[in-house]
Amino acid sequence: MQSAISISDLHVSYHGNEAVKGINLAIEPGKLVGIIGPNGAGKSTFLKAMLDLIPRDKGDVKILGQSIKVVRKKIAYVPQRSVIDWDFPITVLDTVLLGTYPHIKLFHRPAKQEKDWAYQCLERVGMQHFSKRQIGELSGGQQQRVFLARALAQEAELFFLDEPFVGVDVSSEETIIKLLKEQCRTGKTVVVVHHDLSKANDYFNELVLLNKELISFGTVDEVFQPDVIARAYHGQFAFMKEIGVSI
Amino acid sequence: MEFIEAVMHYGFLQKALLTSIMVGIICGVIGCFIILRGMALMGDAISHAVLPGVAISYMLGINFFFGAVFTGLVVAVAIGFVTQNSRIKHDTSIGIMFTAAFAAGIIIITMLKSSTDLYHILFGNVLAVRPSDMWITLGIGLVVLLAVYLFYKELLVTSFDPTMAAAYGLPIRFIHYFLMALLTMVTVASLQTVGIVLVVAMLITPAAAAYLLTERLSIMIFLASGIGVLSSIIGLYCSFTYNLASGATIVLAATAIFILVFLFAPKHGLIWKRIKANKKKASLA
Repeated sequence: MQSAISISDLHVSYHGNEAVKGINLAIEPGKLVGIIGPNGAGKSTFLKAMLDLIPRDKGDVKILGQSIKVVRKKIAYVPQRSVIDWDFPITVLDTVLLGTYPHIKLFHRPAKQEKDWAYQCLERVGMQHFSKRQIGELSGGQQQRVFLARALAQEAELFFLDEPFVGVDVSSEETIIKLLKEQCRTGKTVVVVHHDLSKANDYFNELVLLNKELISFGTVDEVFQPDVIARAYHGQFAFMKEIGVSI
Repeated sequence: MEFIEAVMHYGFLQKALLTSIMVGIICGVIGCFIILRGMALMGDAISHAVLPGVAISYMLGINFFFGAVFTGLVVAVAIGFVTQNSRIKHDTSIGIMFTAAFAAGIIIITMLKSSTDLYHILFGNVLAVRPSDMWITLGIGLVVLLAVYLFYKELLVTSFDPTMAAAYGLPIRFIHYFLMALLTMVTVASLQTVGIVLVVAMLITPAAAAYLLTERLSIMIFLASGIGVLSSIIGLYCSFTYNLASGATIVLAATAIFILVFLFAPKHGLIWKRIKANKKKASLA
């Protein structure tokens, strides 16, 4: 079977400091994959390098067997909440409408068809009653649901989400994970940078455990072993126990 | 009333009025993108960086438009280069580069021309607008408006969420420099009206006032242009009636409008917010 994402020998550095070292892995389509690892492990860097959003020193990434340049329109990316300017003058519906832009030709505007589709996507995350609000008026969880609706509007084959559950309430988190699992069932591939080990085994099919280099990649059962996790977290291990994370 | 009669009567005043209205519109439009991208300082830098380009154009006897866009873009690239390749922060890099360009421009101009020309370029002299200047401003204005109209989608998404835009394949760096090019063109168009030193006020003050009045970018753009035009007309009136520098009067008119909006804007205005806060406190007392 054609891999959804295949990465060979990926290296990224900032001014000579290696952030991601020699990663090789292949992700099959229809999988919900979590990228986990300690703070500063290069999780977001790895995600961005995968998508060629930051320059890499070495390595090759194929998406659906092709160079990323030709498959970009099949990719939906949801950034970390902290990089968004929540005071930006844009409404909830217009934010979702941005998801239709990749498929609108240059010089064209979104028409009624796109607006209806954006509204439907908003309904799927349960945010249709907020469509005319400015995005800063929403709670963190509601904002993240709107951004998921935007990703759904992109009708992508692959979804990449950077820390989507930070600052998000429990019920929004459940809605988001439910929708992501639904996407996987229809054959889409979902990659999520995730910092909270406690739920990782419920959410994902496969895990990428990272600490600059690839510590482990496999099914949740394979990666979620105390000795494997310990290799990524080193000194933080005692701390993990203290805060009640069972590993 | 006297002003309206004078406008009907004098060709120079009609040209001045038309030019400043166009400047009000395009500064408002581009200003919205500048402030939403957090580039107010960059706007100031690029407008100053136009000076050596204007000077070199005089020297070579070509239209100053080309020189201005050239040096404006060179400085934009230099600012980005220093930021990306050292620990120097963006605002510091801006400070280094635009002052250098500005200083170079002053030297070239004083070598070539009398200081009155320098004064007019720096502070504008809208009442001395020649027909050719007016046509340049109107031409540039139409190009800028058309560009924003055609690339509105791309400008919106790269201003709001550049990473998402890059992920689906938009060339965000190219769009950044495209906007910088539009910015230099706006500066050139504004040379006669407000001058290099004050053009940044026309870029950010009307846009900032509009930002306090709406939650939608499209409406913000129209409001910013409207406020820009209103400032231009009021400023020109004061300049003509009291014989003051047009750039300064136009900018102060914009500032006055901003202060009114800052105080009285329906949702984000200071007074309205105070009233709401006090009501809340009273309800808890």
